[in-house]
Amino acid sequence: MSMNSQGRPTVAATAATSAIPDTFTGNRALQIEEALLFEVGRHDVTGVDLDEPADFAPRLGKLARKLPIDLPGLSEPETMRHYVRLSQKNYSIDSGLYPLGSCTMKHNPRLNERMARLPGIGDVHPLQPLSTVKGAVELMTELSRWLIEMTGMTSVALSPKAGAHGELCGMMAIKAAIAAKGETRNIVLVPESAHGTNPATAALIGFKVVTVPARPDGTVDVAAVKALLSPDVAAIMLTNPNTCGLFERDVVEIAAAIHAAGAYFYCDGANFNAIVGKAKVGELGVDAMHINLHKTFSTPHGGGGPGAGPVVLSARLAAFAPLPFIRIEADGPVLVETEEALRPGETPFGRMTAFHGQMGMFVRALSYMLSHGSDGLQQASEDAVLNANYVRAGLRDLMSQPSGDRTCMHEVLFDDTFLEGTGVTTLDFAKAMIDEGYHPMTMYFPLVVHGAMLIEPTESESKASLDLFIATLRDLVMKAKAGELERFQQAPRFAPRRRLDETRAARSPKLKWEKPEPWVEAAAAE
Amino acid sequence: MTVYFTKDHEWVRLEGDSALVGITDYAQSQLGDVVYVELPEVGKTFAKGDEAAVVESVKAASDVYAPVSGLVIAVNAKLADAPGTINEAAEGDGWFMKLTLTEPGELENLLDETAYKAFVETL
Amino acid sequence: MRYLPHSDTDRQAMLAQIGVGSIDDLFADIPRDLRVHGLDLPKAAGEMSVERTLGRLSAQNVAASSVPFFVGAGAYKHHVPATVDHLIQRSEFLTSYTPYQPEITQGTLQVLFEFQTQIAHLTGMEVANASMYDGSTATVEAVLMAHRLTKRNKAVLSGGLHPHYRAVVESLSPMAGDTVTSLPADPRGTEDILAAIDATTSCVVVQSPSVYGHLIDLAPIAAKAHEVGALLIAVFTEVVSLGLIEPPGAQGADIVVGEGQSIGNALSFGGPYVGLFATRQKFVRQMPGRLCGETVDAEGRRGFVLTLSTREQHIRRDKATSNICTNSGLCALAFTIHMTLLGETGLARLARINHANAVKLAESLSALKGVSLLNDSFFNEFTIRLPGDAADLVEKLAAKGVLAGVPVSRLEPGKSELADLLLVASTEVNTDEDRAAFVAALAEVLA
Repeated sequence: MSMNSQGRPTVAATAATSAIPDTFTGNRALQIEEALLFEVGRHDVTGVDLDEPADFAPRLGKLARKLPIDLPGLSEPETMRHYVRLSQKNYSIDSGLYPLGSCTMKHNPRLNERMARLPGIGDVHPLQPLSTVKGAVELMTELSRWLIEMTGMTSVALSPKAGAHGELCGMMAIKAAIAAKGETRNIVLVPESAHGTNPATAALIGFKVVTVPARPDGTVDVAAVKALLSPDVAAIMLTNPNTCGLFERDVVEIAAAIHAAGAYFYCDGANFNAIVGKAKVGELGVDAMHINLHKTFSTPHGGGGPGAGPVVLSARLAAFAPLPFIRIEADGPVLVETEEALRPGETPFGRMTAFHGQMGMFVRALSYMLSHGSDGLQQASEDAVLNANYVRAGLRDLMSQPSGDRTCMHEVLFDDTFLEGTGVTTLDFAKAMIDEGYHPMTMYFPLVVHGAMLIEPTESESKASLDLFIATLRDLVMKAKAGELERFQQAPRFAPRRRLDETRAARSPKLKWEKPEPWVEAAAAE
Repeated sequence: MTVYFTKDHEWVRLEGDSALVGITDYAQSQLGDVVYVELPEVGKTFAKGDEAAVVESVKAASDVYAPVSGLVIAVNAKLADAPGTINEAAEGDGWFMKLTLTEPGELENLLDETAYKAFVETL
Repeated sequence: MRYLPHSDTDRQAMLAQIGVGSIDDLFADIPRDLRVHGLDLPKAAGEMSVERTLGRLSAQNVAASSVPFFVGAGAYKHHVPATVDHLIQRSEFLTSYTPYQPEITQGTLQVLFEFQTQIAHLTGMEVANASMYDGSTATVEAVLMAHRLTKRNKAVLSGGLHPHYRAVVESLSPMAGDTVTSLPADPRGTEDILAAIDATTSCVVVQSPSVYGHLIDLAPIAAKAHEVGALLIAVFTEVVSLGLIEPPGAQGADIVVGEGQSIGNALSFGGPYVGLFATRQKFVRQMPGRLCGETVDAEGRRGFVLTLSTREQHIRRDKATSNICTNSGLCALAFTIHMTLLGETGLARLARINHANAVKLAESLSALKGVSLLNDSFFNEFTIRLPGDAADLVEKLAAKGVLAGVPVSRLEPGKSELADLLLVASTEVNTDEDRAAFVAALAEVLA
């Protein structure tokens, strides 16, 4: 069998019993236990006042709903309390350092939120007459200008909805470009250390994924790439800076080899935050790169999205950008939505999504860019890299780095060698951070490093914040080495929940609320 | 009773003309709690090295390769409801499938128990 | 720069601690000749300045709330309660990551569990995922899932499917090596889709209400699909319709996908929205996207986790069911809160108001000379035939301060037989005065 991804402990550790019984309510002061909506809501309660329409003759044919839906409601105060209490069970950037490597959890300015709610932005329809949305098209044009200047590329496809969708867009453009040359190329090269989205994207549109081995420090070797090149190679998907937090030193040479073989260079832009204003990917030989606006440009992650993944394209791919796109004409920008509106040389491969992309994210990102300006963007990259190296410097004597102590970009990678013999795993270590008030770093990624811990502090953290973070991690390492095993294995002890039984969740999935059997309800009522 | 092993951590136990196939105890210990197994259809034929099944823990999914060529004549249906059997008895009740061997000669290239144990020691 | 905490003194102290002389030393891996020294972009700007710049752009657009507004075709103007926007801006929801650490993200996880339950109930299906990007990408994911399940690769798309959704499927499918049969545009809702289903069909994709507004009886299509071993994918773009019409699950759909923007989410010029995705329990392992499941913690207390993750790209890589990672978490939250406020009572009433408003408008418009209604059935959107080019008339109406709808030619350009068709939507936001203004303005421009 293929041991392609290592297992790790997922069973809940046994709980330590306390002498004092828990509270009557199960609440723990500010942590209030909150039942499910389906347990507290009622079918005849609503928190929205609407007037019943006057009698009219329905036009539903024979398709009127026959059975109730089973959607309990809550009044407005109950709704407020239900969701506020739930919110209080979440960690967030606004409450503390969120060092998830590769995720760029930076400060989310509230000015951006205000801008997204301007009536001419938040309250315009994608299909109202173009004469009534000139400002919206201009905003997209301005965002494009910034993205193109920052990357040194030729054009940008704005419509992809998130990073992985951007990858798909870029790879579809590459597939279209290859087809336009009358070629068929079926192989995409992906380094071992890549995000899972890279191979998943390539496979989605029929490419065969071939893994490029990494050098011991996690970077890609030109020779290893050259050895895999053939007329059947369509592209390489490379993350730069890579997922080990290192800039691919040989990127230009890799690009040249790829191009010489007639293939394309896709760059995963997840780590763009390290190099904005420091290097232009267009000059590195990149043909396509998505930009996660929800990472580099501060649009809030929202507990899992929405994101936005515009793709910048080189001159070799620009013509294949999907619909819709913006064409700059003499009297201003024009939103080109359909094939009928195309001009010679414009050969879009199709469409990624309904409408025009994540306008709500575009405006937030542009608000961030305008606020920073060219000087602030460069400073942000420098501070992001400074902060990661400061964390590295503060921990290098106690924690182990997979390829020795060397300068990193915006994130620093440790492995679990320093935990050897302690009985503490990377997972335990991360969970102990929760008790100390921190969100854990990215764990067990990249896959090429054993027990990986990837820390990305971002530029949003002050020196004082980093000093306390470093001191906390140093203390935890000392405690692990001192044999305080329980502290780690029992962690987290102070979070809203102890470790959760993921095995049980996966073995018998319970994916929605089910009304309890009558006897259960009766027993509960007693 | 003869048991053979592969470096991909499958085992094959000969039972007359047919053979049981599963993953080794070492493999299950590396995977952690098994939560799901995807087994092939009875009647399917495999060449040695083909992807024959998938075994999943919470955070890992691994392909199980056919250690020898053969025709699937039975699968361990019990695993659907009790995937934990693989953790409890990987080399016994946690078997995956029963094959009729089409190339019995392939067995000669597999490891015996001693050789497999020595191989695992090197990992 | 107000977002960057370090003073220059801090920076110097930190560089010293790291043991380098200057910040450039930290960028030494970037080849010297490729280092950028300054971007050709404006310098940093304060809040007031940014507000002025973006406010100017905003002011060039006509906001839906500011005019009689009847534009739909896949995105709908609804009233979103103030509570929704307040709650989704709570720091703990807004600035939290995907809930990979369940002990400190139970808030997001419980919301997802509630969301999945609401979607399953609304659609009449057994399981729903934690959201997709939008209705169009949910549709193409459903097609790919159907191909995996049936081990066939031909999708049949109804002519009533939103043309953008159709384009998304048509763009991806050939690259994935799959086939698509798209039926011609069906403005009258009379196509014979049964004839297009055969033993090579993997799935048939039908939107109801269709992009032209017709309510489609899915049961016979499901029956025919199942007869040949194919799946029915039911699509909707107006989720409010499910408050009043028979859910796709009750009509035999195997996968139900749709756009959830109408509940809780602003129009925002097309995104971000929230894709809804539901199916049968037996298909759950082929679903794309995240799933939240119930379990217990080490003290035996109920809790929630992301589960069945081995389907996903971060574990399964090139064998994943989808490449999706980030989805529409915050939009799903907005949906759940708004739906909680509505409840069964509120949603049904909201749906009746929408339907009543559309019926009234359809009657008034079709009473005008030269204007005819194409629909027998509809929910809150319908198609009218105008005595002239619909796009021209929409521009003339816009000049009179009425945003009248979507000319079909915007979605289906270059088809002269569709050039005089207009899609008109009416929701709870429209007043009697709005409708009167529309009817009067149309009468004027037709005169």
